[in-house]
Amino acid sequence: MTTRIDRRFAALKAEGRPGLVTYFMGGDPDYETSLSIMKALPKAGADVIELGMPFSDPMADGPAIQAAGLRALKGGQTLAKTLAMAADFRKHDEDTPIVMMGYYNPIYVYGVERFLTDAKASGVDGLIVVDLPPEMDEELCVPALKAGLNFIRLATPTTDEKRMPAVLSNTSGFVYYVSMTGITGSALPDTTKVGAAVDRIKAHTDLPVCVGFGVKTSEQARAIGASADGVVVGTAIVNAVANVLTADGRKTADPAEAVATLVGGLAQGVRQARLAAAQ
Amino acid sequence: MNKPALPNSFRNGPDEQGMFGMFGGRFVAETLMPLILDLENHWNEAKNDPAFKAEIEQLNKHYTGRPSPLYFAERLTEHLGGAKIYFKRDELNHTGSHKINNCLGQILLARRMGKKRIIAETGAGQHGVASATVAARFGYPCVVYMGATDVERQAPNVFRMKLLGAEVRPVTSGHGTLKDAMNEALRDWVTNVEDTYYLIGTAAGPHPYPELVREFQSVIGREVREQMKEAEGRLPDMLVAAVGGGSNAIGLFHPFLDDEDVQIVGVEAGGKGLSGEEHCASLTAGRPGVLHGNRTYLLQNEDGQINEGHSISAGLDYPGIGPEHSWLKDSGRVDYVPIMDDEALEAFQLLTRLEGIIPALEPAHALAEVVKRAPKMAKDQIIVMNLCGRGDKDVFTVGKILGHEL
Repeated sequence: MTTRIDRRFAALKAEGRPGLVTYFMGGDPDYETSLSIMKALPKAGADVIELGMPFSDPMADGPAIQAAGLRALKGGQTLAKTLAMAADFRKHDEDTPIVMMGYYNPIYVYGVERFLTDAKASGVDGLIVVDLPPEMDEELCVPALKAGLNFIRLATPTTDEKRMPAVLSNTSGFVYYVSMTGITGSALPDTTKVGAAVDRIKAHTDLPVCVGFGVKTSEQARAIGASADGVVVGTAIVNAVANVLTADGRKTADPAEAVATLVGGLAQGVRQARLAAAQ
Repeated sequence: MNKPALPNSFRNGPDEQGMFGMFGGRFVAETLMPLILDLENHWNEAKNDPAFKAEIEQLNKHYTGRPSPLYFAERLTEHLGGAKIYFKRDELNHTGSHKINNCLGQILLARRMGKKRIIAETGAGQHGVASATVAARFGYPCVVYMGATDVERQAPNVFRMKLLGAEVRPVTSGHGTLKDAMNEALRDWVTNVEDTYYLIGTAAGPHPYPELVREFQSVIGREVREQMKEAEGRLPDMLVAAVGGGSNAIGLFHPFLDDEDVQIVGVEAGGKGLSGEEHCASLTAGRPGVLHGNRTYLLQNEDGQINEGHSISAGLDYPGIGPEHSWLKDSGRVDYVPIMDDEALEAFQLLTRLEGIIPALEPAHALAEVVKRAPKMAKDQIIVMNLCGRGDKDVFTVGKILGHEL
C-alpha cells in the first residue's frame, strides 16, 4: 500500500531536498482560525502536516504546546472536531499528507475502530501517538496498519541498537527522530550529533527519517535538513499563534498570516539544506 | 461490560506485559521505555535478592519503627455496638504515614541502579516528605514537584521538605494540581533520563511501578495476618482502607486476596457528591482510560479529557487509581464505595474524641465506612482498618472548616 506520505517523500527524494513537516494544534484558539492556519501551511511551503489532537495532560510536551492544547479545549475542540478539520481541509487539498498527533486516551475513549474508520474517511494518512511504545502495538498500531493508515514511531537518543529493530518493526510512512531526551520546544541539540543519529537509524530502515524537537529557525531547519529527510517544526508554529493572542484570547493579528510568515522562512531553509551541504 | 473469568488466584498479577487483566501496561513515550525496562530488570533481580530484602527489613524495623501496632479500638467498638474494630497503626511510622514503606524500598532500588538524583510528585506533601526523608538518609539530591495550589495549602509540609534538603518546585502548568505535578515529574524524567530516579508515590504509573509499590506496601497486610492470629487466633472478617492512588489499600489487601472469607472494602473520596464533578471516585463514577503510563479507571469527560476532581483530603485528590484496584473492582473481589467530605470530617472528630487518635483525612474516609458497617455486624466479627496516616497535617484544614482560626 502506498499512502500520501509515501508519495510525498518519494517526490521530495526526486526533487533532492528534505521535507518540511509542520505541527500545529487543532482547534487553537478556535476551530475556524485553526482551519485557516491548516490551509495556509501548504501554501507557505509545508510538505507534511501534523495535526495536533489536544489533550488535557500532554506529558511529553513543553509549556507552549500544553498551553495551546488547553486553549483549544477551552475553545470547544474535541477529537470529533479535529477529525472534521482534517475532512474540511481535504476538500481543498488532495495531496498534502495529514498526520494526526497526540495522546492515546481521547482515541481510546472515542473507540479505536470507530476512530480509524473516521480518520480514514476524513483523509488522514498517518498517526503519531506519543504514549504508545512498541510494547503496546496491539492497542492501536496494528489495527491502524490494517486500516491502511501509517503509524509513525518516535525514535529517541535512548533507543539503543538492541531496541531499534523493535521500534522500527511496525513503523511506516516515516520515522520521527526526537533529537534529544526532553520535552517539545527545548533547546536544539548539536546538529552533528543529529547527523550521526540519522545515519544510525538509516542503517536499520529504508524509511525516511524526520528530525524534530527544538527546531525554531530557518538556519536550524537548513542544518538539520542537511542529513534528515524531513525537518519537524512544532513549538515555533504554536508560539507564532500564541504571540498574536492576548491573555484573554483576543487576536491582535491574523494567526494564519503569522504562521505563514514563519513557515515561509523555514521552507526556504529546507530548500537550501542540500545546496548548503554540498558546498 | 462482561465480567472477566475469575482467576485461580488474585495474587499473581501483573503478567509479563504489566497487565492486571485489561488494566495497567506501559503507556509511556519511547524516551522512557528503555528506562522502564531497565527498572524492571533491576526490580526482578532485587526482589529475589535476600540481601535487598534484609536491608529493607532492617530499615523498616529500626528507621520506620515497624511492625506498626495492631490496636483494638475498644471505645469505638463499644460506641458502634457491632463488630470488633482493629486499627493497623501505620500513622505511627516515621514521617507519619505508610508512604515511608514505599520510599525506603525505592531508594534502595535507585541506589542499586546507580542513579544520582531523586524526583517525586506530591499532593498533600506526605509522599514528598517521605521522599525527602529517604533522600536525606541516603544522601541524594531530591526535587519534589507539587501543584502551586497545594504548595500554598500545605505550607508546613513544604517547609519540612525544605528542611530535609529537598527542592520543592511549584507546578503552575495545567491547573496546578497533583496530576499536573505528576506530568511535570514525568517531563523532568524524560529530560534527565540518564541519572534520575522517579520515586512514584502510589501503586500507579507504568509497569513495574504498580507491582513494586504494592510489594513494598504489602508489609502492612503481612504484619496484620500475624498480629491478628496472635490477638484473635483467626483472620479478620473485613478489611477497610482508603483509596486515592491506592497504595496503602493494596498493601493491606494483597496478602488477603485469596482468603475468600475476608471481605474487602476500598473507600474512595466522594467529595461533595457523585452527581457533579467535585469528587475523586474514579472507580465508582469514572471509566477506563489511559493516563500516566497505565490503563485504569479515570475521571474524564466524554472526549477523553481528564477531569480535576475534588476531595477535602489532598491525598485522595487524584483523578485516577492504581490499575490493580481497577482489576479487583471488575473481578468483584473488592467492593469500592464512596464517602463524602462531611462524613469523613465527622469520622475524623469521632476518632479523636473516642480514642485520642487524630487521623489523617484519608483514613478518616475509611473510618466513616467502618462507622456505617460495624453496627450491622455481629459482635464476634472483626474489622481491620488501615489507619495509614496521622492528622497533624490536616488540623489547619479541619480548623478552617470548623471555624477555628489557627
